[in-house]
Amino acid sequence: MEKIFKNMSLLSASIVLVILIGIFFTLFLSSKQAMDEFGLSFVTNPAWQTEVALNPKEAKNVVVDEYSLFPDEEPTKTIYGGLVPIVGTILSTLIALVFALPIAMGIAVFLAEIAPKNVSHVVGIAIELLAAIPSIIFGMWGLFYFAPIIQKIVGGYQVSLLTAGLVLGIMILPFMAAITRDSMKTTPDILKESAYALGATKFEVIKDVIFPYSKVGIIGSIILALGRALGETMAVAFLIGSVFELPKAINSPTISIPVALANNFGEATGLGASSLFYLAFLLFLISFIVISIAKFYFLKKVKK
Amino acid sequence: MKKVLLFTALALGTTFASAADIKGSGASFPYSVYQSWIKAYHSATQTQVDYVKKGSSSGIKDIKARAVDFAGSDAPLNPNQLEKAKLYQFPAVVGAVVISYNVPNAKDLKISREALAEIALGKVKYWDNELIKKTNPNVDLPHKKLTFVHRADGSGTTFNFTYYLSKISKEWRKSFGAKKSLNWPGDHHIGGKTNTGVAALVKQTPYSIGYIDYADAKNNNLHMAVVENKEGHYIKPELKAFQAAAAKADLDPKKDFYSVIADPAGKNAYPIVAATFILLPKEKAQTNKEVTAFYNYSFKNSAKLATELGFVPLPDSLTDKIRKYWSEKGVM
Repeated sequence: MEKIFKNMSLLSASIVLVILIGIFFTLFLSSKQAMDEFGLSFVTNPAWQTEVALNPKEAKNVVVDEYSLFPDEEPTKTIYGGLVPIVGTILSTLIALVFALPIAMGIAVFLAEIAPKNVSHVVGIAIELLAAIPSIIFGMWGLFYFAPIIQKIVGGYQVSLLTAGLVLGIMILPFMAAITRDSMKTTPDILKESAYALGATKFEVIKDVIFPYSKVGIIGSIILALGRALGETMAVAFLIGSVFELPKAINSPTISIPVALANNFGEATGLGASSLFYLAFLLFLISFIVISIAKFYFLKKVKK
Repeated sequence: MKKVLLFTALALGTTFASAADIKGSGASFPYSVYQSWIKAYHSATQTQVDYVKKGSSSGIKDIKARAVDFAGSDAPLNPNQLEKAKLYQFPAVVGAVVISYNVPNAKDLKISREALAEIALGKVKYWDNELIKKTNPNVDLPHKKLTFVHRADGSGTTFNFTYYLSKISKEWRKSFGAKKSLNWPGDHHIGGKTNTGVAALVKQTPYSIGYIDYADAKNNNLHMAVVENKEGHYIKPELKAFQAAAAKADLDPKKDFYSVIADPAGKNAYPIVAATFILLPKEKAQTNKEVTAFYNYSFKNSAKLATELGFVPLPDSLTDKIRKYWSEKGVM
């Protein structure tokens, strides 16, 4: 029995690793064509799906299809670059974090330390329910009600980097708030009581006792929220404007990697599809790097 | 417990498998029409047809993999592609793409071919641009920034609209051509996801203009522009103008009906029209007959349903050609 149990748990644990490696290789192989074609300059090229004239040598080898829609045209080739969605993903995630972090901390402190028990209970449930709302609903709410308000306040377009970032912030709030509250609650009462006994105020206890004690949990909550924000598709697709253009200001439209994938995958073929896989591969790497840094660097620092 | 689970799983599996007699997937543009045809066909014959809207390319992928019995595509395949994938093709219904806009107090705005191309190219930056003013002398057009709204996701609607742009503008044809998704030029445009997204953006963004299928524009009460056609007439987007355009469509059974019909001749024809197509796998004789029976029934008995949804049923001369094509290929 003991042995079966051990083997089964080992199996479950290794499945995660196998899946992770499987995804990595699938993405890598499917994006190979685009990698060979564009190389690393894909990452710095802001032009997505742009027609360029073939050089004379290439043009000679092109056979014109007898059924071509526009047979008199000179043949062109399409180039793809990923800079715009990469920048869009990083910026929208940053906006979401900057917006959500202080609010989430405020909520967590309120729930864990300040609110009376019954209030804390009700608000806590509300926060958890917020996490259960499907992202499509955030997207539609954002498009129909939130975007017009944002435009009235800051001008520019209704759908923009800012609108997408703020709604993304609201979406990741509950994760950060709930996990932070739970880790704050693990602070032993004896620590807090001794601080109060020494004459510390509530603010000082929160700042100097509870925050340092629950740092690991807080950083963990940020990492989880970050992962969610980087990959969020549905809500952002409605709100970011979906244009392959570097944002000139915070209130101008742009696009993120998940949105580019969701919008274009259905109709993509050949090199276009491979370029989308390349983008997916890059998103995989970005998430991996960001979360690894957070995990290994910050958590190590805190534990010291 | 396990047995119960297994049993339910099996029961569910079999009900799902037998739910549809014929399965199709693909283009979302004609989805509402197919949906009402399927309903009518089911109540008449008890045959269950299932059509999933996934976009034209997904439909093509599905039928090439033989995952469905038929596929819908807004962009036709040419005879070479059909030969390679061993498919038959025929048109099913004609729809229209309209130019909707959001300018207060401007009804029936007239948009010339030149203006439309320049707007799509991102060159018309303000509403009081000469190109728009010229054709609308009686409309008070403000000096407001123009926002162009387009589809963000790949779609047959975009393919048909950009095909039309390629027909009317050399510059567009050179730099973009006809595509299901593209990187739109200019710096004052936004993308909406699906037709619903485009409709919402046009509705909520003052001084915007965008292309959308007729049914969605009508359902959302959007203003629709009067568009200049090939012969220089300004045509209001309405059913009889779409019908005039469909009548001119040159769809040749010898080429498996391969043709994009936008920008037809005819002085009453609305220019931005599109036929949507059905693909059949050559080797599946039995299911093909079931599919053609469904479309044959719909052509004959459900034409009115299409009209109610803002689409144009195929003219009789064309459905006769399609029936002949079916019987020649032995799928009827």
